[in-house]
Amino acid sequence: MSATFVMLAVLTVVSAVAVMLLRNLVHCALALAVTFAGLAGIYLQLNAQFVGFAQLLVYVGAVAILIVFAILLTRGREPPLQSVFSGSAIVGFGIAIVVFAVLATMTLSSRALGMEKPGEANASVAQIGEQLMTRYILPLEVAGLLLTVALIGAVIIAMRDKEPE
Amino acid sequence: MTSQFILFSLLKVLCVFSVLMFIVGNAVWVERKVSAFIQDRRGPNRVGPFGLFQLIADAIKGFLKEDFTPGHVRKAYYWLAPAIVMVPSLLTVAIIPFGSLLGSQKMVIADLNVGILYTFGIVSLAVYGIVLAGYAARSKYPFLGSIRSSAQMISYEIAMGMSVVPLFLIACDPKGIRDLGNGWREAWQTFLAGTSSLNLSRLVAWQADHCWLIIYAPLSFGIFLAAMFAETNRLPFDLPESEQELAGGYNVEYSSMKFMLFFMGEYASMTVSAALLTTLFLGGWTLPIPGLDRPASTIPLGLLQIAVFLAKMLIVEFIIIWVRWMWPRFRYDQLMALGWRRFIPLALANILITAVALWIKPGH
Repeated sequence: MSATFVMLAVLTVVSAVAVMLLRNLVHCALALAVTFAGLAGIYLQLNAQFVGFAQLLVYVGAVAILIVFAILLTRGREPPLQSVFSGSAIVGFGIAIVVFAVLATMTLSSRALGMEKPGEANASVAQIGEQLMTRYILPLEVAGLLLTVALIGAVIIAMRDKEPE
Repeated sequence: MTSQFILFSLLKVLCVFSVLMFIVGNAVWVERKVSAFIQDRRGPNRVGPFGLFQLIADAIKGFLKEDFTPGHVRKAYYWLAPAIVMVPSLLTVAIIPFGSLLGSQKMVIADLNVGILYTFGIVSLAVYGIVLAGYAARSKYPFLGSIRSSAQMISYEIAMGMSVVPLFLIACDPKGIRDLGNGWREAWQTFLAGTSSLNLSRLVAWQADHCWLIIYAPLSFGIFLAAMFAETNRLPFDLPESEQELAGGYNVEYSSMKFMLFFMGEYASMTVSAALLTTLFLGGWTLPIPGLDRPASTIPLGLLQIAVFLAKMLIVEFIIIWVRWMWPRFRYDQLMALGWRRFIPLALANILITAVALWIKPGH
């Protein structure tokens, strides 16, 4: 564990906790942006330049800023200060444990854990592109389909507002 | 990472930063002179010959004015926003190859293999400064300005990103550099050793080998140019500021040095955009003249190439300034329609056409 990793990990975890615990939604969204940026830093520190900057471009530059934008637009001037802990804490804990269990099982059963650590991971963008277009074409297309469905869904939700007029 | 590498990098950072700030300062003077000429006025002419020392006077004014913080603002964000506006444009300049070689040093601060992706990743952060400024101000004009700006910048970022894809499709030539004799290929091959396809130096090499990419991809150039105006919040896309409607937009609540940072951030991102445009479309530091079309072998030649780059960049920057005073502002719905309904489909079609053309092209 290098010093850079420790710094980035602390930044990522602290800002992720802040996303959950802060009361003001705008602060939460900005903390989320820091979390994404921290993750991008960790990818870069692992020498995965493409993934790192793609993370920065997509998550920090687009996803997080859209969340901030949406909150600023919809919430008016001052977002209401609600308690961050909901009334049904037990249900929440239950769901959290189940989700964690699912994720942990999937991670532990992954084939990647048994693989040897690659020595010098420095794939060029061309190699990544070639792999995406040949070996991983199916996951790529599934992801594309999913995103298209989400896009159409978003358009339909946005359109429904105007019908009553 | 040797100490020599750190020393040379620091030196390059210092030089590039000083030159960038010098250009930023004088761009303000040029802007005022050009606007005065276009509007049939004299412009700044009181401080020094031709008003040239106006820059110094403005800087002193910025530092000495009272740094007033209005009582109603959100303090932390209010302090953070000007810095966040300034930082991305300073970071983007790191990957711009502004020359070939001086001695054995490559004239680029960070020769990243994901070059262009880095640029877009960092440029996309600039919008945070403007959003935070609007949010921090807790008043209506800055808020409206920042909302407009974030929508605009996100929209045009997509078109901008897609407009450069054809460049890399064209320039990612598997055959590599042609052999034009006279050690041409060797010079380029040693210069490009260890770089991969998204590296900006490779793009410069391809342009020296063939022709400027503005000839090969004119549609890309058009979209990139328009998106560049939108990304830097310049007229005809300056709705975030639009003095007449928003009294300056997101920076209304700022004064003295914090306001100056917004101002400098705008000019710095303008300069960096001009540099990027030069590298992507106008052949970077090369000129199709023997000697200037390959990595420099001597120091005077290296310096000359840096001068070529700066000259091209300053011409682009002058055009950006010129456009500001000749074009009216878009209406907001026109701006959005232009971005989403015209540029994005056009950029997508451009990618498709380029890919098909390269596929059909014999010998590929």
